[in-house]
Amino acid sequence: MQQFVVLKKENFDAFISSLAQTQKVVAPVSRGYNNFSFQEVISGKEISLKYIPTILPPKKYFLPPRETLTAYNKRENALNAILEYEKMVIFGVHTCDLAGIQCLNMVFVDKPKDINYIIRKNKIAIIGLECNDYCDEYASCCVVENHLPNGGYDLFFTDLGDAFIVHINTMLGEELVSKAAVFKPADAKTLKSLESLRQMKRSIFKDEVNVKHENLKILFDSAFESKVWEDLNKRCVACGNCTNVCPTCYCFDIIDEPNLDLNTGVRYRNWDSCQNEPFAKVAGNENFRKERSQRQRHRYMRKFKYPVDKYSRYFCTGCGRCSRTCMAKIKLKETINDLAKETK
Amino acid sequence: MKRIELKESEYIVAPAKILEARMMTAQEKYFKIALEGGVSLDHEPGQFVMVSLLGIGEAPISISSSPTKRSYFELVVRNAGRVTNALHKMEAGDSLGIRGPFGRGFPVQILEGNDLLFVAGGLGVVPLRSLINFVIDNRRDFGKVHILLGCKKPADLLFANEINDWGKRLDVNFSCTVDKADPDWKGNIGLITSLIPGVNLNPKRTFAIVVGPPIMYKFVLLEILKKEIPEKQIYVSLERHMKCGIGKCGHCQIAQYYCCKDGPVFSYDQIKGNKEAL
Repeated sequence: MQQFVVLKKENFDAFISSLAQTQKVVAPVSRGYNNFSFQEVISGKEISLKYIPTILPPKKYFLPPRETLTAYNKRENALNAILEYEKMVIFGVHTCDLAGIQCLNMVFVDKPKDINYIIRKNKIAIIGLECNDYCDEYASCCVVENHLPNGGYDLFFTDLGDAFIVHINTMLGEELVSKAAVFKPADAKTLKSLESLRQMKRSIFKDEVNVKHENLKILFDSAFESKVWEDLNKRCVACGNCTNVCPTCYCFDIIDEPNLDLNTGVRYRNWDSCQNEPFAKVAGNENFRKERSQRQRHRYMRKFKYPVDKYSRYFCTGCGRCSRTCMAKIKLKETINDLAKETK
Repeated sequence: MKRIELKESEYIVAPAKILEARMMTAQEKYFKIALEGGVSLDHEPGQFVMVSLLGIGEAPISISSSPTKRSYFELVVRNAGRVTNALHKMEAGDSLGIRGPFGRGFPVQILEGNDLLFVAGGLGVVPLRSLINFVIDNRRDFGKVHILLGCKKPADLLFANEINDWGKRLDVNFSCTVDKADPDWKGNIGLITSLIPGVNLNPKRTFAIVVGPPIMYKFVLLEILKKEIPEKQIYVSLERHMKCGIGKCGHCQIAQYYCCKDGPVFSYDQIKGNKEAL
């Protein structure tokens, strides 16, 4: 198997169009100034190749905002497990979002396995797209080491000006390439250009916070009692935007929805947020994370501490969505720097 | 979008039938339930189930009976939310769904051969009863057994007849207290913490098992530590909101732990200093 192939820019549209003829293709498209979202496309012309992280991450295809888990019939006292899925290709996934999908995989494959998630993920082909430069000032992909590709894709596109160099990572990727018949083997010169691009990226991408990668966890190990959370308490409006747009937030609620016949219905899960006030409330109204400071702290700990202990991996991908979307201008980089300042 | 039926899923429920139902107090209702087809729930003391009512939802409920009773299990449900409210309207013969049992229960194998100090406050007796009755059913396999119970007022006392029997047993040291007595009350009056200093125990070979409302733990644990029972020999069962029961949905998270999967039973040693736990 040839590991690297080349796709000339003039053939890009043909590649996407041919893909879209056989299956659903989703890719980042422009949704007004500086806003992008993954949407179904039928041609390459619709795709924004230079985009900042989409409003919602590709998580929405792996863990849909609303997903039916079971369908019931009260009269027959029957409840059947349901799976909803769609075969598709996601084109243009940045390295931060590839990392996000890898995090979700860890959680849902962890026992007891989530069958719905696993089957759905196996129907999705992933084509990554390299960021040659920072998206904007909110990104912090370097400190979490997601500015370079770390797997998790079938194909990976890197823009080299007049052509893409494409890394084939899986047999599925190889299949997509050979079916399209517009890819050429990569010559030594193109491979060299990829190498020098990566070299250049090393000088562009620098730790975005005043804490080194390996020290982030140590910082959060002792951050529980920090005054920084009190500051967030005053600013956070508990809207839940940050968790909705996070590529690794996966908390959900389970809700029954009867049909109009009041006999049949479904039980579905939908995205929930630990930032919402009743999230950790139990019967009798005891609330185990009553304060916004506690809930914000919990969100940060779930990115930089708890998953590191459990899965040896930061669950912050550095995409910057939480900071970009926050109405109260709570910025992840700022929070980390404030925590670091405190420990000095 | 394709929609198919799955044969296996964590969200499938086992059909079950209510064998007996009765109000225990003004707020708590007792249910004796059996899974359809004579299947045993096969739980460990301290585990919980998700009770599923079609069209209404699911709620996590502690199992109150000992697994030594294999043909049925018992739940005691406080009317506190949408699902429990609907449960309270159900009677013997009604059908419901069960998922589980879930979670880590009490470490029965570790407790065997040792002396046990049970401390239950309020509704805490409901999950603790699964272990107390397990111990009583296997009484020879355990050392001394002390049971301390506390609740707000005599009318709140759950399983009054059974508790009366515990009090009569020669192989159990039993004390009970209420915060506020009525004229007929003959037992102790005061907080449950007041019962602990008087217990005569050997801390080296005693395991303390404490279950109660959040506010109770701090004070009871303090008294138990004064007895010099090692931290590793103290167990608590924590209550949290649970939606999935399988360590995914995030509602029950206590810092790094999922209460539904890593708990609800924790050793004190495990959660000591964990500010989200107690």
